[in-house]
Formats: sequence, C-alpha cells, structure tokens
Amino acid sequence: MRKTKSIPFHIGVGLVGALVVMMLISIFYTPHVPQAMDSANRLAPPSLDHPFGTDNFGRDILSRVMEGSQTAFIIGISSVVIGLVFGFILGACAGYFGGWLDEIISRLMDAMFAFPGILLAIMLIAVFSTGMTNTIIALGIMSIPAFARITRSSFIQYKEYDFVKASIAKGAGSFRIIFHHILPNAISPILVAAALSFSGAILSESGLSYLGLGVQPPEPSWGRMLKEAQPYIDSAPWYVVITGMAITLLVLGFNLLADGLRDKQDKKV
Amino acid sequence: MRYILYKLSSFFFTIVMVSVIIFFVFQLLPGNPAQIILGMDAEPAQVAQLEKQLGLDRSAVERYLDWVAGLFQGDLGESLRYQLPVRDILMDRIPITASLAILSLILTVCMGLPLGILIARFDGKWVSVMLNIVTQLGISIPSFWFGFILILVFGVILQLFPTYGYVPWSENFIGALQSFFLPSLAIAIGNIAIVIRYLRNTILDQAKMDYVRTARVKGLKERTILYGHILRNSLIPVLTIMGLIVADTLGGSIIIENVFSLPGLGNLLIQSITSRDFPLVQSMVLYIAVLVLLINFIVDILYKIVDPRIRQKG
Amino acid sequence: MKMLKGLLFITISVFFLVACSSSNTSETDGTSSAPGNDATEATEALAQEDKIIRIAMSTEVDNLDPYISEAADTESMMDNVFDGLLDTDETGKLIPAIADSFEVSDDGLTYTFQLKEGVLFHDGSELTAEDVIYSYEKLSGLNGGEPLASLFAGIEKIEAPSDYEIVITLSERNSAFLAANIRPILPVGYEEQSTKPIGAGPFKFQEYEVGQQLTLVKNKDYYNEEKVPQIDEVRFIVMPDSEAAILAMQAGEIDIIPGVSAQGLLQLGDTVNTVSGPQNMVQLMALNNEVKPLDDVRVRQAINLAVDKDMIIETVADGMGTKLGSNFSPAMDFYYEPGLEDYYAPNIEEAQALLAEAGYADGFSLELTVPSDYQFHVDTAQVIVEQLSQIGIDVEIKLIEFSTWLETVYQDEQYESTIIAFTGEIDPYEVLVRYVSDYRSNFVNYNNPDYDELIEKAVASTDEEEMAELYKEAQRLLTEEAASVYIMDPDRTIAMRSDLEGLNMYPIQKFNLEDLKIKE
Repeated sequence: MRKTKSIPFHIGVGLVGALVVMMLISIFYTPHVPQAMDSANRLAPPSLDHPFGTDNFGRDILSRVMEGSQTAFIIGISSVVIGLVFGFILGACAGYFGGWLDEIISRLMDAMFAFPGILLAIMLIAVFSTGMTNTIIALGIMSIPAFARITRSSFIQYKEYDFVKASIAKGAGSFRIIFHHILPNAISPILVAAALSFSGAILSESGLSYLGLGVQPPEPSWGRMLKEAQPYIDSAPWYVVITGMAITLLVLGFNLLADGLRDKQDKKV
Repeated sequence: MRYILYKLSSFFFTIVMVSVIIFFVFQLLPGNPAQIILGMDAEPAQVAQLEKQLGLDRSAVERYLDWVAGLFQGDLGESLRYQLPVRDILMDRIPITASLAILSLILTVCMGLPLGILIARFDGKWVSVMLNIVTQLGISIPSFWFGFILILVFGVILQLFPTYGYVPWSENFIGALQSFFLPSLAIAIGNIAIVIRYLRNTILDQAKMDYVRTARVKGLKERTILYGHILRNSLIPVLTIMGLIVADTLGGSIIIENVFSLPGLGNLLIQSITSRDFPLVQSMVLYIAVLVLLINFIVDILYKIVDPRIRQKG
Repeated sequence: MKMLKGLLFITISVFFLVACSSSNTSETDGTSSAPGNDATEATEALAQEDKIIRIAMSTEVDNLDPYISEAADTESMMDNVFDGLLDTDETGKLIPAIADSFEVSDDGLTYTFQLKEGVLFHDGSELTAEDVIYSYEKLSGLNGGEPLASLFAGIEKIEAPSDYEIVITLSERNSAFLAANIRPILPVGYEEQSTKPIGAGPFKFQEYEVGQQLTLVKNKDYYNEEKVPQIDEVRFIVMPDSEAAILAMQAGEIDIIPGVSAQGLLQLGDTVNTVSGPQNMVQLMALNNEVKPLDDVRVRQAINLAVDKDMIIETVADGMGTKLGSNFSPAMDFYYEPGLEDYYAPNIEEAQALLAEAGYADGFSLELTVPSDYQFHVDTAQVIVEQLSQIGIDVEIKLIEFSTWLETVYQDEQYESTIIAFTGEIDPYEVLVRYVSDYRSNFVNYNNPDYDELIEKAVASTDEEEMAELYKEAQRLLTEEAASVYIMDPDRTIAMRSDLEGLNMYPIQKFNLEDLKIKE
C-alpha cells in the first residue's frame, strides 16, 4: 500500500535528481559549446551529432537545454530563498505578535495576492527592468505572500500548544520560543511551500521570458528559447517541443516532490 | 453579520493598498510617453507640444490625485497613446478577455467536476497513482507552451480551428466559439487538473466520515449517499479554490492573448507598459486586481453562508 | 450522476461539434476562407463584387494626424489618404503630385509650385493655394506655433500669387527642402485630423477601431484619373504577431502582408506573389565614439574587421538583406557610394593586430545595449557577441525596452554600443546629417570637421551631380573612420494573394495601393 502510494513521490525525486545531475554535468561538459553558431547547419533536425537538433543560429539545442538548466536552478533557488526569508519574517511577526501588526501584514499580503502572479511579476520587471537578477528579485517578491501565510498560520497554531504556552509562562524570550519550539514544527509545511514556489518560479520565469521580459540573451533560459523557437513551430517543431518539455519535467518533478512531502507530513500529524 | 462587516472593511483596506502599490510602482518607470509615441526622429518641438497636449508637464502627484478623483466619478482618464478615454478602450477589450475567462471557467467546471466525481468512484491504488501523475502533469505544463502545441496540432496539422484573432459573438456565434476555444483550453488545462485533484480528494475524505457510514447502515442507496450527502459537502471546499482559479485564469489570459493574438486586456497591457501609457496601465491593473479581490470577497461570503460551522465560529 | 455524465458528454460533444463544423465548411469551401466562419465567407463573397483587400499590419496606428504621427507603419497606411505637392517614384526621384510643376530659382532660395486645378479633398472642397499655405504655416511654425518639421523651419515666407500658385522663400539655401514637399496638404482650418482625417489622396478614411482595424475606401474623385484605385476598400488589420499573420494568410483571412520574414515565405510557399528589395534602412551597431576604448579609431576598425556581416545576414535575416559598408542604402541609387560594403572584409588576425597596436592585445569588455522589442536586433547582438569574442572583446548584452532606449541611448547617450536601424528618408541629407558633430541626434558622437564641411557644402549645392559626389565622399569618410559597424539593409518582402499584382517597393515605407490590381 505504502509503496504504491509513494510512486509519484519517487518519480518526482527521480526527475529532480536527473535534472540536477544534468545541471551538474553541464557545468563541466556539454556535447557542443552552447553559444557556438554554425550558419551552415541551421534548424537541423535531431541527428546523432545533435540529438535534439539545432536552433535558428545553428547552435546545439541539447547543449543549450543543459546549460539552461543552470539558469532554471539558479532562478528557482534564489527566488525561493528571497521569498522564504522575507515571507518567514513577515509571517512570523504577524503570527507571533498578532494585533495591528498582523492586520497590516495580512492586508499587504492580500493586496499582493490580488495581482494574478504573472501580472505582479510584469509590474515589478517594468520597474526593475529585465535581466537575470531582476527576474529573481521579482519572482522572489512574488512568492513572499505564500511563505508569509504559511508561516503565520503555523505560528498561530503552535502558539496555542501547551508546550509553547508553558515556556512562555517560564519567561522564555521570543527568540528562544520561536527557534526552539515553533520553528522545528513549522519546518515541514514550509518545505512543501518551498518546493511549490520553486516550480511556480520556473513557470513564471518561462512566461516572463516568453513575453521578452525575463532572462536576456546570451544567458541561456528555457523560456527565452521557447520565445525564439515559436516562429519555427512549423518548420522545426522539435525545438518548441523539446524546450517546453524540459520546463514541464522540472516543474512536474518539484510538484510531485511537494505533493509527496505533504502526504508524509499529513501522515505524521 | 460582524464577520461580513469585518471582511468588507478589510476588502476596502486592501483595495486602498493595491492602488498605493500601483501608484508607487508606475511612478518609478523610466521613459517619456510623448517621445515614445513620436518615435526616434521626432522634433523636440513636436515632443514638447505633445507633452503639453497630454498634460505630462504637470507633476506626478497632481496627475495621481486627478486620477483618483476621476475614479470616484467613474472617469478613468485619457490614454496617452490613443488619446481616447481609457473607459472606451477598456470597453472594447474587456469583452474579449471576459469571453476568454468565462469560457475557460466553464471548461474548468464542465470538465473538472464530472471527471473528479467520476474518478473518485475508482479508489484503487493504481488509479490514484496514475491520476496523481496525470493531474500533476496538467498543472506543470506552461499554459503558453500548451497553447503552441494546440496551435501546432489543431491549427497547423489538423486545421480544425483558427489560430489567431477572434470573431465577435454578435457576428457569428460558432465562429466566436471556435476562435476562443483553443486559448480557453490552454488556460483551463491546469485548473481542470486542480479541480479534479481537489474534488476527488475531498470526496474520498468525506466518504470516510461517520455520517456516510450511518447512511449506509440506514440502507440508503449509494447514489443518494453520493449526491445527497457527500457531493454537497465536497463542493464547499471546492468553492474556496475558485477564487484562486479566477485569479489564475485572468493571469493566464495575459500570456495566452499574446500567443493567439487576441486583442484583449492582456495584449493591451503588455503594449501599454512598453509605451508607458500610464493612465491605461494603471486602470487596467487596478481593474484586474479589484476584480480578483471582489471575487475572493464573494467566495468568502458564500463559503460562510453554505458552511454553517464557520458562521457559528465567526 | 446522469446530470454530471450529461455535462461531460455535452462538453465533449461541443468540442467535436465545433471542430467538425469547421472541417465541414472548409471542405465545402475549397478555396478556404476562415474555417467555419460564415461572416468571413460572406465578406469573401462580397469581395467578388466589392473588391476588399485585407492587409496585416504589425503595429498600431500611433496618430491619425499626419503632422503628429511619426511611426513608419502609420505613415505607410495613411499615405494612401494624403497627397503632397510632390511624390516619389520607386528610385527615390521626386515627381509632381498635387503640384503640376515646380521651379527652383538659381540662388536656391525661391521655390515656385503650380498647383493642379480641380483637386478635391475628401469632403468635396477644392484644394487651393490657401490650403497649402495653411499646411505649410503649420509645419513651419509661421502660424505662431513651434515648427513641426525642421526642414520647414527654414521657410521665410509663403505667398500665393493666385489660387493655383505658391511661392516659398527660404531664409538660406537648403537643397533638402525639395524632398520635404512630399508632406501631406491638409484642408484649411480642419482640426479633427486625429479622429477623422481628411486628405486628397486616392483613398478616403472610413473608420479606425483602436488597436484592431483601419478601414479606407476608394476615392472615386481622385484627381489623377489614371490612378483611381481598382480596389474598393482596404482594411489594415493589426496583427502584432508575425506568425499569426502568416497563418491567417494561409487560411485566406489576409490578402497582403507587407513585411514577411524568410521563414514566413517558406511557410507560405508559392501560393503567394511577392515583391522584395532593400527598404532604404540602415541596421548598424552604433559605437559611441566618445567612450574609451571606442574613441580610438583602431579599436573601431578592429571591431569592423571582426564582424562577419554575411553571417549575420545569413542567420538573422535568412539571407534576405543587403550588406552595407556605410550609413547609406543602395535603395537610393543616385547618391549611393558602391564598394564600401567589403571595405572591412572579415579578418581576425588584422583585427587582433589593430587591437594590440591600440594597447588592447588582451581585448576588453564592451556593453551592447539592445532594444528588447526588436527580436531582429537581439538576434544580431547574439551573433556579434560570438564574433567579437574571437578577438578577445567580451561583449555583454544589455537589453532594454525601446522606450527606455530612446531616453538613455538616443537622447542621453548613456551607452557604449547599441544595435538599431535607421528607417528610410527620401533625402540623403536627412540620412547623413546624423553624423554632423553638432546635430542634436548625433548619438554616435562622431566628430569630424571634414565631414561637417562635406554635408554643409552638399546641402547648399544646387547641382545634383556635385551634391551626389559630396554625399558619396561623406559615406566613404564614415567607413574609413569606422564611425560604427554598418550591417545591412534588411530586405522587405511584400507577400500578396496570388491574384494580386502591381505593388512596388519605394525607398520610403509606403505602399501605393492605387497601383494594386486584381488579375482576371
């Protein structure tokens, strides 16, 4: 029973693991130089030399997909870290102290939630201008409300627990209570949220890059590659299909991972 | 009642926050709209004349206060680029985005609910696993890439649907339905998967509840139990995710309109940001944000009405 | 349960119904109009009697008022509504339009135009000298406002000895003024050009649906009887996505695409007629001559030697572009200095030697600012990054929106290098004045007194041959001093329905739709 049920989780682990390995390999080795252009060999269909074919500049798509995975992981991890740090601080303050502080933070988070994800990112990019760092900042800010909400509710929940009440009564300081008692218990829902916002960040980045607002060339990015592939959907369909599949698989991996983690955590509770 | 009042006040407070965010964000944007309208070879005199004509020579605060004052009178200002009332422009665009969003929501409900219920009847391990993976796949696919694939398959290869633009409903109903079908499907796919997952899980949870066992013991027909009890209780939690789905649908349409060249709000939004058409962008973003907030507010209230437990707690 | 199954069933059957209804109609309708679109079929049928042409445009109208509008696309559409005193032919030569004839005095200061009689505006009123004076006073600022066009600012006075004669006196010689007379003549006192434009051109403005469609109809009373359009109605449909336009053309929903990529042409196959040629545009990698190390001519020459323009044309423009060597396109043949395009044939060793001589043997890093709105320039930038890396120049692409580009690069000159294209101007002065040291938009910061003198002499000249020689010499100077890297004039290809013909390419972006004919 247990085994079958955790198959999706294992697939998730497998997908993420495979992509991490691919990313690590790409740091040291790619079949071709990802930027090397070959004007005589443009939009070549998949072959032994170019397993995924070549793009409109004659660059090897496999090498670019491999190198693009670095960008994807950098963006995913960095934006999750930004969202986590600020979201946690805001959520912890709101949940722990409550009162008017809670009210202001919660409304601010509501206000941010009111912008459909991509809209908020577009607004932020318009201000910060495009590029890798700014994309990370925008996506990080975008994921703050999710972390803040989860942290807040964990804090509110655990604050009511007897062992926490007891240590408050004993006169333990706020920091001690937060780090020794509440945090260890809040860690697993936050982990799930982190996996989810990682995949969310990858999806948003590809959307932004498709609109030309995200990562900029020559930085390799899957979203950007999709934008460049679109005009050739008819003559070089593999370019569109393979690039989109890379995004889908990475997102799927993290979603399955998050789902599996949540299942395990539910069981524990 | 106190609950509704509380929700109402926080609804308005959030709207104020939203307008403040929008104001601060768009004041930071670089670029001169008059210069952009006139292009690179414009004479400085032409630019100055247009700036004056557009009222850009006044301070940002003045313009903002004008905008807010106008909002209360239902006047959204005038687009810098089109030199037409923002309201008229939005009125042209909203039907397209609305059609897209509504059709996409209909697809989500019409495919998500029946499939979720249908699949809930098979509680096998392997069914669960397969379903889990397939629905996660639906959630993971970038909607605009799915749009490409739909264009490739149904537009280019099979040539069943038009792949760009739209036909107004008033002109040709079937034509309009066709032009909106693929883009709506591209937006809906992730939400359909979410609804299926969510509904199936709640149904299975409900089925384990005591009242279901009691009903069985009483000898009620399975069908009556499912539709009379389980489903009613399962649909309530689904209601809560509808708010999220509406926001997601509106967000999705921004990108999808660009993929399918539909002249809706999303398409206009990207262009107006590029051309620094502040009045138009501000109004559009505010419009979308208020719409999302309003729907969330309604969902909150509805949820409260249908679920008596919260009513008591509140 | 039944209800729910029903719901699912209905949804799925609607899907098939919608899909099938389209396949049915497109089968019955062999010539294929919009799939299953009765409305389009109706207009198609209408098109048999009322000749309607649908043209896909990639950008929206910026302003209907021709004196405010600056967008090339808008001008090319609205050019059909307006006529000027003069017009230009395919080679860039000026020909009379509303003017019947003209004369320039020997001192180059007085221009006398005889107007055609019986020219009617679309509102039925006759075009007379009064309208010309109104229009030119507006353009020149003689009406008390700011001059709307710098070439008109040099007008000292405009007089009308009779209803059909105009005498213009310039304050100083300016040979470039003649070409300025292609600007539209507007009816006196009419102030609603922005919403309902009125001109004297071969087509009348009918309607503009913002961001969607501009409709023009035939002007039956066009003064040039030979050129009264054959087409009854023209619809310019805004389609920002080029891929969408191609698909629409395949589906028969669009009759003409004014700018098709090579990729698009491949897709359209031989089902369409095409006209293509250079469009008098100059795509360049502009080098800011004032920043280090680009202030060193050897560095600029090294960059020129390292950039392989043929490869850029091959990969970015799919081979459809004309290689350039200076800031001038062969589209304006009379003034074009040939041979410059191979002045810097790609040569890595020589480039490296020049860099070493300039003290940059190990290369340097260079910021390349590119307007992100133009995929064409972004692609070009990617190729240049690769090519310059061969001589140790580490190019970093910085993408900004065109709106920001206009401010930071074009106005404030805050950049090292950038990629942009200058659109066609009908007068060589307008093209080459960009490099005159005190010109306001000399954002390349090219500063050469010899060049300034050449341009000054050329614009004061009244002899066309002499003028051409001076302009050619100026082009050569830009190349030798490697003011920038001049890449290509991308070909413009007009694709049209196979039964259409007659459209020509012009050195300025316009289509004279009155030339369009439908083959029997």
